[in-house]
Amino acid sequence: MIWLRSSLLPILTVVAAIFVLWYAGAVGLNSKWAYDKANRAGVTLSFSELVADTWSQEKPKLPGPHQVAAEIWKTTGAMVLRGKAFSKRSLIFHGWITLSATMLGFVLGTGFGILLAIGIVHNRAMDMSVMPWVIASQTIPILAIAPMVVVVMNSIGFSGLVPKSIISMYLSFFPVVVGMTKGLRSPDAMQMDQMRTWNASKWQTLIRLRLPSSMPYLFTSLKVGIAASLVGAIVGELPINQDGGLGARMLVGSYYSQTIQIWSALLTAAALAAVLVGIVGLVQGATLKRMGMAR
Amino acid sequence: MAEPVIKAENLSLTFETNDGPVHALKDISLAINKGEFVSFIGPSGCGKTTFLRVMADLEKPTAGTITVNGVSPEAARMARAYGYVFQAAGLYPWRTIGGNIRLPLEIMGYDKADQAERVKRVLELVDLAGFEKKFPWQLSGGMQQRASIARALAFDADILLMDEPFGALDEIVRDHLNEQLLKLWAKTNKTIAFVTHSIPEAVYLSTKIVVMSPRPGRITDVIDSPLPRERPLDIRDTPEFLEIAHRVRDGLRAGHAYDD
Repeated sequence: MIWLRSSLLPILTVVAAIFVLWYAGAVGLNSKWAYDKANRAGVTLSFSELVADTWSQEKPKLPGPHQVAAEIWKTTGAMVLRGKAFSKRSLIFHGWITLSATMLGFVLGTGFGILLAIGIVHNRAMDMSVMPWVIASQTIPILAIAPMVVVVMNSIGFSGLVPKSIISMYLSFFPVVVGMTKGLRSPDAMQMDQMRTWNASKWQTLIRLRLPSSMPYLFTSLKVGIAASLVGAIVGELPINQDGGLGARMLVGSYYSQTIQIWSALLTAAALAAVLVGIVGLVQGATLKRMGMAR
Repeated sequence: MAEPVIKAENLSLTFETNDGPVHALKDISLAINKGEFVSFIGPSGCGKTTFLRVMADLEKPTAGTITVNGVSPEAARMARAYGYVFQAAGLYPWRTIGGNIRLPLEIMGYDKADQAERVKRVLELVDLAGFEKKFPWQLSGGMQQRASIARALAFDADILLMDEPFGALDEIVRDHLNEQLLKLWAKTNKTIAFVTHSIPEAVYLSTKIVVMSPRPGRITDVIDSPLPRERPLDIRDTPEFLEIAHRVRDGLRAGHAYDD
């Protein structure tokens, strides 16, 4: 009961508020089209008819939550029931395309980020020079360089998954570099002195002290990084939309004013991000508890 | 007489700070012989910890000479000639007590069987047999500090440098650990340099007490203790003990240690 009141109730309140705003917004944004239709048909709309119409249009400016939910069910669960889970019209198919690019990008980005951080911590020249470039890399609009990455990668023989993963990596390495640089430097002066008294090499210090000490920082970065990976993968799908993916669904939806399709892809992407961050969180909890470093 | 284990001559160390130079150590000359238990006592800023860190090659002197086992502190450090015990136990939370003690052995490349044998031996030495598989958070502060002493004893170093190892512990635990440390010293025959700010601790433990004073950090008195090597805790109520404690206090006062 205490848990209900302290945790569930506030969440439900916020969700309820979102739904109220969403439905009200749907009425407001879609009413013009409803009135236009009514005008042409020469009828007048009562308020309840107006509301009913704005919540059930085929191409609304803002689809209602139930319309999005129905579309998501139609393209996931219903297709599974018909045994067509991986058909090209299924969100599971598109979600899988996006997820695979996200995961590869996340692994590449994490690896690259950790390597850069190790370099920054151990090499003075890298310490002075790399970080400004890392920050500059994130100020460039990813949408602008995504097509260039695709073209360049294509010209050296990579297409499909790899270019998308590179774009995904480009976004996800940043939080890892920043977090790991701080994490690898987190051992205090006494711990570093202790290693010195044992005449430990830099490599031994890295493996036995710096890396284990950096774990809390790494996981915090990974949570940000995996969400950024997903954004990167979706952005990467915009120039390579023939392969499908949630990003491609959004783009194609916008070509044909399929707002319901856009919103269902959007919410699926959000749910995917939540699940991915949640999984990282679970691994974080288990690892840090095992290492005696849980907060 | 054999060559002293640690020998400092006119040793000085000056830190350059934004407010001008700070003389952490000035003209320190001292010899520590094999098997001695030497305490360094003085108020904060007297350079006792700095001196210990110079012996350990954690700080470089700016003038004078110092040898450890007849070579420079750096060479001695490279040869892993000493074990250093810090004020905090500094055990890694992700390693068991056994794993923590094994840490320097892994770094120094002892083979697996030797590591296991040494961990077992030093845990017995500090009365922690049976705690090998426990994690640091399962131990009290005093037990953690004992584990850190065991870690410093695990490899073959005949010098033990201890920087206020019991400073963060309460009086009762401290008494107990002091008694244990003396037994350990008798058993292992190590040369111990021990920094403290407690007069009873210094007098109880040491064969030689070095009294230091600040600004600049220097030695004001060196007292060779007449107390026997075998020391029960109640030796602290004897007139001899009180006399030495009195002399230490005088030495501290002479150094104007508590003027401000």
